[in-house]
Amino acid sequence: MSEKKKASMARYLIPLFIFIVLVGFFAIGLNRDPRLVPSPLVNKPAPEFSTVSLEQPDRMLDPQLFRQHKVSLFNVWASWCVSCRQEHPFLLEVAKSGRVPIYGLNYKDQREDALNWLGALGNPYTASVYDHEGRVGIDWGVYGVPETFVVDGKGIIRHKHVGPVGPQVWREELLPLIEQIENEAG
Amino acid sequence: MNRLRLQSLVLLLLLSLATPAFAIIEVHTFDDPAKEQRYRKLSEELRCLVCQNQNLADSNADLAKDLRNQVYNMIQAGKSDREIVDYMVARYGEFVLYRPPMQTNTVLLWVGPFALLLIGLAGLAVFVHRRKSATREPMSPEEQARLRRLLEQQGGEPRS
Repeated sequence: MSEKKKASMARYLIPLFIFIVLVGFFAIGLNRDPRLVPSPLVNKPAPEFSTVSLEQPDRMLDPQLFRQHKVSLFNVWASWCVSCRQEHPFLLEVAKSGRVPIYGLNYKDQREDALNWLGALGNPYTASVYDHEGRVGIDWGVYGVPETFVVDGKGIIRHKHVGPVGPQVWREELLPLIEQIENEAG
Repeated sequence: MNRLRLQSLVLLLLLSLATPAFAIIEVHTFDDPAKEQRYRKLSEELRCLVCQNQNLADSNADLAKDLRNQVYNMIQAGKSDREIVDYMVARYGEFVLYRPPMQTNTVLLWVGPFALLLIGLAGLAVFVHRRKSATREPMSPEEQARLRRLLEQQGGEPRS
């Protein structure tokens, strides 16, 4: 092949190459869920709060809760949240199995509505923090309810899942981490 | 007629100035216009996490309202812009910044457009240079005669 021909081949191959690279970028970029924002709180101590319990208005709850267990889940929920209703039966199942304690963060809700919701659908939570103003939510970087945090026995946030928890998330995301944390704790 | 057209054009342009920037009315009052200015600026530079293509100032989402409140309270409490931005980043990550900081993982973002521009300009320069330097062989007398014949057949004039 002559030099000239080679050069003209290259001229046509360059756009093709750029195109393939772009397709690669888009294939990766478009398959990502833009709603998933990595939380800067992962591997940091659980943000402090001292807030009343949903069920017992005279009881204060704080992150010391998490130190009572090797690992626990902290699930952000609200009675106005549709996806919470969707994940609720699964949380009940987990609670029933006793695999891991689930604490709730009742986010920007009315106490009465929240209690009615738990009364009607069942209560998977060992206790729920009543965050009426959403202040705890801001400190925990909550932006889309439901969210589920995995907190270890040292009070460190190990993982955050945004969106409803179901069997698949449990099997692939939460359970392996829970087992790992339990093994670390010995 | 022309005047009317001009008038309607000016009117249209004026209408386009009516952006929805002040669409959200809130009762945040400041004792100091400088604070209000900072509040405006911060809520325009922080992203709403729920509706991700809007900033806090534009968004009507509940969380955006809460975060605007938070910005307001922090300004009133005498926090600096830096402290407020750090507060948000500590909770929501750098994603809340519409203007990401220059760091190793954002270099491409900041430098990329300029690099592309430079590459484009270099390409253009090479292209123009090649065209200029490409020697055009002058036509032989026979070719010139043929060209003239062809042009005359079509009733055209040979160009100099």
